[in-house]
Amino acid sequence: MWWIGERHPGTRALEHVRMHLQRAFGAPAALWEGPERPSEAYDPGRKQWSSTRILAWLARSGPPGRVLGVTDVDLFIPILTFVFGEAQVGGRAAVVSTARLGEPGLRDDRVVLERLSKESVHEMGHVLGLLHCGTPGCVMGRSASVRDVDGKRGEPCAECRESLVRGRREAT
Amino acid sequence: MSGADTRVLVVDDEEIVRESLGGWLQKDGYDVAAAPDGRSAVERMKGESWNVVLVDLKMPGMDGLQVLEEARRLQPDAAVIIMTAYATVDTAVTAMKLGAFDYLIKPFDPEELTLIMKKVVAQQTLLHENLVLRQALRKENRFRDLVSKSPSMQRVFELAQVAARSNSTILVLGESGTGKEVLARTIHAESPRAEGPFVAVSCAALTETLLESELFGHEKGAFTGAVARRKGKIEAAHGGTLFLDEVGDISPKLQLDLLRVLEERHFHRVGGNELIEVDVRVVAATNRDLEKAVAEGSFREDLYYRLNVIRVTLPPLRERKEDIPLLVEHFLERLGVELKRRVRVSPETMAALLGHAWPGNVRELRNVLERGAVVAQGELVKPADLGLEPASGGEPSGSSAGPSTLEDMERRHIAQVLAYASGNISQAARILGIDRVTLYNKMRKYQLKRDGEDAS
Repeated sequence: MWWIGERHPGTRALEHVRMHLQRAFGAPAALWEGPERPSEAYDPGRKQWSSTRILAWLARSGPPGRVLGVTDVDLFIPILTFVFGEAQVGGRAAVVSTARLGEPGLRDDRVVLERLSKESVHEMGHVLGLLHCGTPGCVMGRSASVRDVDGKRGEPCAECRESLVRGRREAT
Repeated sequence: MSGADTRVLVVDDEEIVRESLGGWLQKDGYDVAAAPDGRSAVERMKGESWNVVLVDLKMPGMDGLQVLEEARRLQPDAAVIIMTAYATVDTAVTAMKLGAFDYLIKPFDPEELTLIMKKVVAQQTLLHENLVLRQALRKENRFRDLVSKSPSMQRVFELAQVAARSNSTILVLGESGTGKEVLARTIHAESPRAEGPFVAVSCAALTETLLESELFGHEKGAFTGAVARRKGKIEAAHGGTLFLDEVGDISPKLQLDLLRVLEERHFHRVGGNELIEVDVRVVAATNRDLEKAVAEGSFREDLYYRLNVIRVTLPPLRERKEDIPLLVEHFLERLGVELKRRVRVSPETMAALLGHAWPGNVRELRNVLERGAVVAQGELVKPADLGLEPASGGEPSGSSAGPSTLEDMERRHIAQVLAYASGNISQAARILGIDRVTLYNKMRKYQLKRDGEDAS
């Protein structure tokens, strides 16, 4: 997990997300520090950051293993107005942003932190090969809005867990 | 239908859009392919079937609207969604007019895209279900009610099956209740037009002007009460089968109009100038002796020959009594499903059913069994439950105490049943074992009102 944003949320917040990831996938997760930022991913026309370009940058510049970039800049893919995050399905890199996880008037940072944890698990689920899931409450459900995020639990459903196990078995 | 069963074709000249949208859809489990331009999209639509086509409006060469038109032609069931960066009301309206499912303005709001894809999957699921049900119905129709092992009916089936495959007009003859409409539906279901509509018109139930507007439709203001333009049954049957029941009862004027449609395959709506081309297969039916009507001059000879291309005659039930047990079993099975309980007939009941003359044919048999099943105490239908014996010792009516004519008896009986059914024509017709049209005709003949009272 690598903070690649602008205003650092504090180590405690990142630790919280890390715990969620460990619990969701039953695998160790570590924080990584580095001063580099994916400045090439900024699109001046849209005044947003291309999540696809960030993924390429993370895969190139990140630490070994699977890497999750966490940021506070506004992410986009060309066809959508914004994305909460993006991942290389079955690949190495994922990125999530807090930019759209808050809403005007929201005072409690813990709500954003919960949402960030869920979306982090969601994107890392993609990296581990999972696709979107239709089971209500599953963290792998598609979220198009914060309401969708709030409607999900922080963990994959039994079916998604099973396919993770299957994926791991096939990989070995 | 789930995501994995939904095939999506993304058509956009920008690679980044194809990749980005394709990736987004793949994460939802859709089966996605992409085409970089209109031409290759059309090629892919020729070779494979798609549920959804997402197409960019502005592309060099063939644009999105042209792809939409080709998609409507090649894959009419596919939902086409137009994507555009420059949304104008005009293009959106044009797209929707050309049959687009919806349109999206680039870049899309994630919620909007999710919602549209959900709507598309729901619509495609319905289309798929509809197809499955139609196929099931077709199978069902093939055997429904046309239950028979008699050689005369087998000959009818064979002829109907061969005739169904052709485009020729079919004339179905037979007494009331022998299943002329059922046969017509089966012919439709077995024909290459099965996917098209089956439209039935009962020519005897309506006055000349009403039937004219029913068949040909009318323009707004064509006559008093024509408050809006209305499509006729002939137009509604385009691409399918038009069933003209009781065709022997239509007036000389409409006989001529109908002849023209059959010969020229086009017509005008009542009060209209526009020539409307139609592709319909006509199945006509009557219980009248058309040859006699032609000889008497009440039915046009040329129309008779137009209709009488392939003639199928349904034998009356009394001439194929061997079918009665089979039909009884078939109807009881269906009644059991409808009434949610088992229904059987006793051997005595079967004997009574075999002994009856069935002037109302298969329809009468079905109605008698329905009555029996409803009236019966328990699952066994007894002879008395059928109500086959005419009520004897009923109140003598009329001034004459002597024996009455058959017509008198019929009139009195119909009046009684109408009164019993409190003017409910469908119920009365069911009890009498005749169809509603025949009942209306008899009411007219005997000048009876709905409640059975004298109308004269």
